[in-house]
Amino acid sequence: MAKVAEELKNGQKETAGQNNVSLVALLQEVQERYNYLPEDVLRELAREKNLSLMEMYSVATFYKSFSLQPRGKHKVATCSGTACHVRGSEKVTEELSRVLGIKPGETSQDGAYSLETVNCLGACALAPLVVVDGEYHGNMTAARAAALIKEHLKKSRGLSAAELEQDVEKKAWEGCSCAILLAGNDKK
Amino acid sequence: MDALKTGLRSLPELFDLQLELKKKREQRENYLAVCGDTGCTAWGSEQVKDLFARCLEEKGLSQSTGLKFTGCLGLCECGPVVIVFPQGIFYQKVKTEDIEEIVEQTLLQGKVVERLLYQDPLSGAKIVHAEEIPFYRKQQRVLLANNWKIDPSSIEDYLALGGYGALGRVLGQMSSEQVIGEIKASRLRGRGGAGFPAGLKWEECSGMPAKQKYIICNADEGDPGAFMDRSLLEGNPHSVLEGLIIGGFAVGASEGIIYIRAEYPTAVQKVRLAIAQAEELGLLGENILGSRFSFKVSVSVGAGAFVCGETSALVESVHGRVGEPRQKPPHLAERGYNNCPTVINNVETLANIPYIINMGAEAYSRIGSGKSGGTKIFSLVGKVHHTGLVEVPLGMPLRKIIFEIGGGIKGGKAFKAVQTGGPSGGCLPASMLDLPTDFDELNAAGSMMGSGGMIVMDEETCMVDLARYFLKFLNDESCGCCFTCREGLSRMLEMVEAITKGQSSMAEFALLKELAAVVRDSTMCGLGQTGANPVLSTIRYFTEEYRAHIEERRCPAGVCRDLISFHINSELCNGCGACRRKCPAGAITGEAKMPHFIRAELCTKCGICLESCPIQAVIKL
Ligand SMILES: Cc1cc2nc3c(=O)[nH]c(=O)nc-3n(C[C@H](O)[C@H](O)[C@H](O)COP(=O)(O)O)c2cc1C
Ligand code: FES
Repeated sequence: MAKVAEELKNGQKETAGQNNVSLVALLQEVQERYNYLPEDVLRELAREKNLSLMEMYSVATFYKSFSLQPRGKHKVATCSGTACHVRGSEKVTEELSRVLGIKPGETSQDGAYSLETVNCLGACALAPLVVVDGEYHGNMTAARAAALIKEHLKKSRGLSAAELEQDVEKKAWEGCSCAILLAGNDKK
Repeated sequence: MDALKTGLRSLPELFDLQLELKKKREQRENYLAVCGDTGCTAWGSEQVKDLFARCLEEKGLSQSTGLKFTGCLGLCECGPVVIVFPQGIFYQKVKTEDIEEIVEQTLLQGKVVERLLYQDPLSGAKIVHAEEIPFYRKQQRVLLANNWKIDPSSIEDYLALGGYGALGRVLGQMSSEQVIGEIKASRLRGRGGAGFPAGLKWEECSGMPAKQKYIICNADEGDPGAFMDRSLLEGNPHSVLEGLIIGGFAVGASEGIIYIRAEYPTAVQKVRLAIAQAEELGLLGENILGSRFSFKVSVSVGAGAFVCGETSALVESVHGRVGEPRQKPPHLAERGYNNCPTVINNVETLANIPYIINMGAEAYSRIGSGKSGGTKIFSLVGKVHHTGLVEVPLGMPLRKIIFEIGGGIKGGKAFKAVQTGGPSGGCLPASMLDLPTDFDELNAAGSMMGSGGMIVMDEETCMVDLARYFLKFLNDESCGCCFTCREGLSRMLEMVEAITKGQSSMAEFALLKELAAVVRDSTMCGLGQTGANPVLSTIRYFTEEYRAHIEERRCPAGVCRDLISFHINSELCNGCGACRRKCPAGAITGEAKMPHFIRAELCTKCGICLESCPIQAVIKL
């Protein structure tokens, strides 16, 4: 652990070249390395840099790009900027949330996927936009986004199309309020 | 070309190098410009470029024909866009399958591939050259003019087109007062939102007696729905850098910082490369071009907070602290970064500087409207036919931008409103379409120029829902410093949400208007002061729509979920089951080949059934 802080400090000197350490830049480096901000690393850094944990926590929670929870190996983001909103991004997000079985801001239990909404990705002309692992997909509809993610799920989880459908339906069903309503009813 | 290796030590060396590169460029005028901006790469332009490279190699053309992976070419909707020079043949929606044909037909035989040409939606005519497409013809591209001529990762390309000549002229022939005088005379107003005259801002900072000063380029581009700053940085980073260096000279700063939002990793990378190239050539560093002016530039990356676009919050964020704005005065020109005098300018503002120096303030100021000089880049998006970046002289009426350049509303629907200025701006109805797009006119109409987002909406957009959207955005992004912003915005959000659910009253509606005025008048920074604009402007122009939600519990645009319902027309439905299979809530039942129906108690009103019905038997009420 001590080594980590040491390395970061060096990296810091290189990137910012400033005498006073920018905490934001430091946390960005931590996040880049670990995909999130692990508590023990933050504690270690606070000691090293002579910063209070409160200071760290306030910066880490003020900025949206920092996460205190581990994030999924595959990152799925939908844009919720204005251009995307007026072209129906809300429905796209909902559908992705259903297919992945997680809400925006959450990570799937196996740590494979996380779903996020972003304010604007700067490709508004192609609204609505979905980004999967850094790859941009424009002019989405709920159906096209679902197909895109299912394709990804098939590959990453090694499922057949039928197995995948079952899996999605099961997850969606468990998360759906009507499952409780309909319990005992004649669904399908 | 030795200077490329040894660096430039004097002005004549710069001009010599420019000339040499220009000659070299003229000798090789055949090239392909493949758009490499985010929009086109989402359409697959990177593969297109790679395949072109391979194909040129195979046909032995790689010596005679250049290949540039350029910044945004504007017409993002038609991507990937490829332009063949010197003829300027414009190909749209180019796929990897088309590449051989382009190389074979156009490059080798000089023929045009008809199939890939742009087709005018009105006349149906195929258009060969980019400049003849109405989308481009009616624009006045100054800042974006070079985008299809340069590869953003090549400083040589920029130099060959006279790049850094303005810096050379400034350092060689002008005093800082003269530079400021020139910018003042150009009537350039800040493009970041408020429209403050750039020359005055520089003058104020330049007059501050201090050893150390800073100039910061604001590339936070927080307006969700705007992307011109990203496109400038990714498409022509050296023009922004040149503007920043000239600004540094004018105000007497020795250090510049470019603050880029975290969501733009490509811009960060391109700008870092541009800085390294400029340093290597001696256009940054000690005694630039043999003058007494020394200047260095660093990049600071944001971490996702809209309020950090506000100048004092931005300074906090560059320091690496929580980005909360502070009370002004003292203004940043007095006490900014590291407590030193600081100027903050928007990306587009700075990109204008080299052009002003080159063409002269007088010629520049003649471009715009009566009150402000120059062009403005808008990101024309939403329900408009041609989405993309458009650059027009300030003062062009909204109608011309949306209908003549943008080609009108998509899908033959009716125009309803245009939103300008992002979360600080407002919505303007059809009756305001003849308004000139200028700072003061837009302000007077209850909207704002903002950074240049222009989101077009048709009859299927609900204005109350849009107000809710912006309130939610601002409520999430408010730093929470000011009580009226923090609490006011969340109470306003609750009220507007109640309206979208049909649970409000006219009395509460009156309270909403009152609260909006309080938030506007009693908050410290621009976020709160303008935060009520989306609500106030939609109330001002679309009161009837609010009234329908409140009194009739009806959403005329069919957007607000609590006020709409979905039904299946049993006379039309043929029982194909498409909607039943797609419905995420399992709310649709029915036997195969028999009319289906929707169980209202289970329906989440997502509208997927409407989209999935092949015979339009689903209706929304
Ligand atoms: C909440 C808020 C967000 C802002 N966001 C941005 C931004 O993203 N980009 C920008 O250039 N200006 C933004 N501004 C405006 C800046 O505060 C400032 O006016 C501008 O950067 C000054 O540059 P200019 O004079 O060149 O326009 C924002 C202002 C406020 C109040
Ligand atoms: S609004 Fe979605 S990319 Fe800009």
